[in-house]
Amino acid sequence: MIAVELFKLVRRPRTWLTIGMICALPLLVAIFIAVTHIAPAPGSGSAFLSAVLNEGQLYPAAALALVLPVFLPVSVAVMAGDSIAGEASAGTLRYLLARPVGRTRLLVAKLVSVTVFTLISVIAVTVTAYATGVLILGPSRAAAVGFAPGTSGSIGTGAGGAPTAGLQSGASITSLSGAPLTFLELIERVLGAMAFITVSMLGVAAIALFLSTLTDSALGAALGALAVLVASEVLVTLGAASAVQPYLPTRYWLAWIDFFRQPIFWPDIQRGFAIQAVYVVVFLAAAWANFATKDVTR
Amino acid sequence: MIKTENLTKRFGRVEAVHEVNLDVREGDRYGLLGPNGSGKTTLVRMLLGLVYATSGSISVLGAQVPRHVGRVLPQIGAIIEEPGAYPHLSGRANLRLFDAAGSQGSRRTRRRRVDEALEEVGLAGIDRRPVRAYSLGMRQRLGLAAALVRRPRLLILDEPTNGLDPRGIKDMRDLLTRLNADGVTIFLSSHLLTEVSALCTRIGVLDSGRLVLQDQLAHLEQPTGRVLVATDDPERAVASLDGLVERRDGAELLVKSDDAAALNARLVEAGVPVRSLAAQRRTLEEIVLDVTGSGSDEFGVAGAEGSATTAAEVES
Repeated sequence: MIAVELFKLVRRPRTWLTIGMICALPLLVAIFIAVTHIAPAPGSGSAFLSAVLNEGQLYPAAALALVLPVFLPVSVAVMAGDSIAGEASAGTLRYLLARPVGRTRLLVAKLVSVTVFTLISVIAVTVTAYATGVLILGPSRAAAVGFAPGTSGSIGTGAGGAPTAGLQSGASITSLSGAPLTFLELIERVLGAMAFITVSMLGVAAIALFLSTLTDSALGAALGALAVLVASEVLVTLGAASAVQPYLPTRYWLAWIDFFRQPIFWPDIQRGFAIQAVYVVVFLAAAWANFATKDVTR
Repeated sequence: MIKTENLTKRFGRVEAVHEVNLDVREGDRYGLLGPNGSGKTTLVRMLLGLVYATSGSISVLGAQVPRHVGRVLPQIGAIIEEPGAYPHLSGRANLRLFDAAGSQGSRRTRRRRVDEALEEVGLAGIDRRPVRAYSLGMRQRLGLAAALVRRPRLLILDEPTNGLDPRGIKDMRDLLTRLNADGVTIFLSSHLLTEVSALCTRIGVLDSGRLVLQDQLAHLEQPTGRVLVATDDPERAVASLDGLVERRDGAELLVKSDDAAALNARLVEAGVPVRSLAAQRRTLEEIVLDVTGSGSDEFGVAGAEGSATTAAEVES
C-alpha cells in the first residue's frame, strides 16, 4: 500500500506544482538580492538573509528560513489534510477499503506519503537554494566558510565594509565562539536543520491527518491545522501565555538556527524534537482511534 | 453467501436499518429493492465493513463481518454508489492501482486481469484517456471493471446502472447474467423495478430500513388463480360461467380459475368467441407496492414493463 501511495504522490501534478512553488520563493528572493545588492539589515528580516550576499553557500539555510513560516506548513497541511478527506470526497476511500486495504495500513501509508513529500520539499529547497546561492549570490570569499580556521572572521563583513555581523539576533555562525565553519561542518549543520524542519512539519502533518479523518472536507482539515499553527504563533508571542508556551507546536520551530552556532547549541533543538515527537504520537493515535472505528459513509 | 441476523444500524436517533435478516444464496441473482433513503446503501456498506452495525450479525462467504472482512473482501467485487477513480490517471492506471492496493492482487497476472476486465465492460479501446474525460456511463463501466479485476465469487453492486444509457444497462445485464452462469453470485441494490425484474432471480424489498419481503421472483410471480378473458360477446360468457366472473370491464373479464386451458374449452363449447385468454400474474410493481407503505411513490416505476397477463395466450 505504501508503494501505491507513493505512486499516487509522484503521479499527481499537484505534488510537483507545490514543490516548485516552495522552491520558487527563495529563488525570487535571491534574484532580488543579487540584482539590487540590498540585503536586509542584520537582525532584521528572515534569518541568515543578511549574510548571503557574502556567503552564497549559506543560502540554503536562508531559504529554509524563508519557506518555514508559511509555504512549507501550508503545503504540508494541505497534503496531510487531503490524505483521508480527499479520498473520501473523491469517492475512492470506500473502494480502497473494500479492496481491502486495512484502515491502519492506509493511515500508515498516508503518513509515509506525507513524510516523503515533506522530505522532497525540504531537499528540493536546499538543493535549489545551494545552486542559487553559489551561482548568483556573492562568491564565497573563504572568510568563514572554507578551510581557513582561525581567520578573523565574521562571515558577515558586509559588501561595502559596513559591519553586518549577525544572522538573526546575534546568531552569526561565528558569533558564539568566533570559530568559522568548515565546508564539511556546514553540510552537517544544514542536514541537521533539514532533519529538524522535517520533524517539525511532521507535527503539522499529524494534526492535519487527524483532522482529515474527522471530516470529508480536505480544505477543512488543512485550514483547521493551519488555524492551530496560527493560534500557536499568537500565543508564542503573548507574554500572558508564558505558562503554556513550552508546549506549543511552533514554540521551537526556529531552534534549528542553533545548528549554525559554534558549537551547536543543543537545548532548544532537543526540546523541539521532543515536543514534535509528542504531537506526532498523540495526533496519530487520535487519528488511528477515530479512523479505525469510523463509519465510512462517503 | 450473505446472511444477516437482526441487523440494525442507527445514526444518532435515526434508524437506517432495522432488524434485517438478509439471505443471499450461492448462485443467486439477488435484487434488493427499495426507494431512495430506504437503507439500501447503509446495508451494502455494512456488508463490506465500511459501516459498523449497531446490533445484529453479518456473515459473508462464511466469515463474520466486520471482524474477518479482510479475509473475504478479496473474493468480492463491489460498486458502492457512484464509481470512484483518480481523475488524472487513465482507466487502466486506475485499475492497476486499485489492484495493487491491499496487496491481494497478484502482480504477475495483473496486466492480463486488467486487460480482461476492461475488455469485458467494453472499455478496451478507450482506456488511455484520463478518467477526468470519461462520461458518467464510462466511469460506471470502469467501476464494474474494477470490481471484476480480482475475478470475484460474489459481486455486491449498489445502484450499478446509475448513469448508464439503455444500451449500457442492457450490456451490464448481459454481462451479469453471463458471470452468474459462470458461478458468480450477484447481489445488487436498485430502486428501478424493471432492472431488477429483468435480471434477478430473487428479491428483497427494503422499506424504511425494514426488509418487508424476501422471496424467489418466480414464486412471487406465480399465477394468482384468475384468468383474464377478452371476448366479443361478454354477455354470453358471463352467462355461461355463472358466478365465476369476478370483474367485468367492457369486453374484458376477470374469471376465477386455476386452469386456463379448461376455461378456454368451456367457453368455446358455450360458443363464446374468445379473443385472448391468459392466466393472471402479478407484476413486480404490484408486489412491491403491495408490501411497501407510504413513500413507495419514490419507486422508479416509469417504463415498468410487462402487462398483467403473460403466459398462455390463446387465439380464439
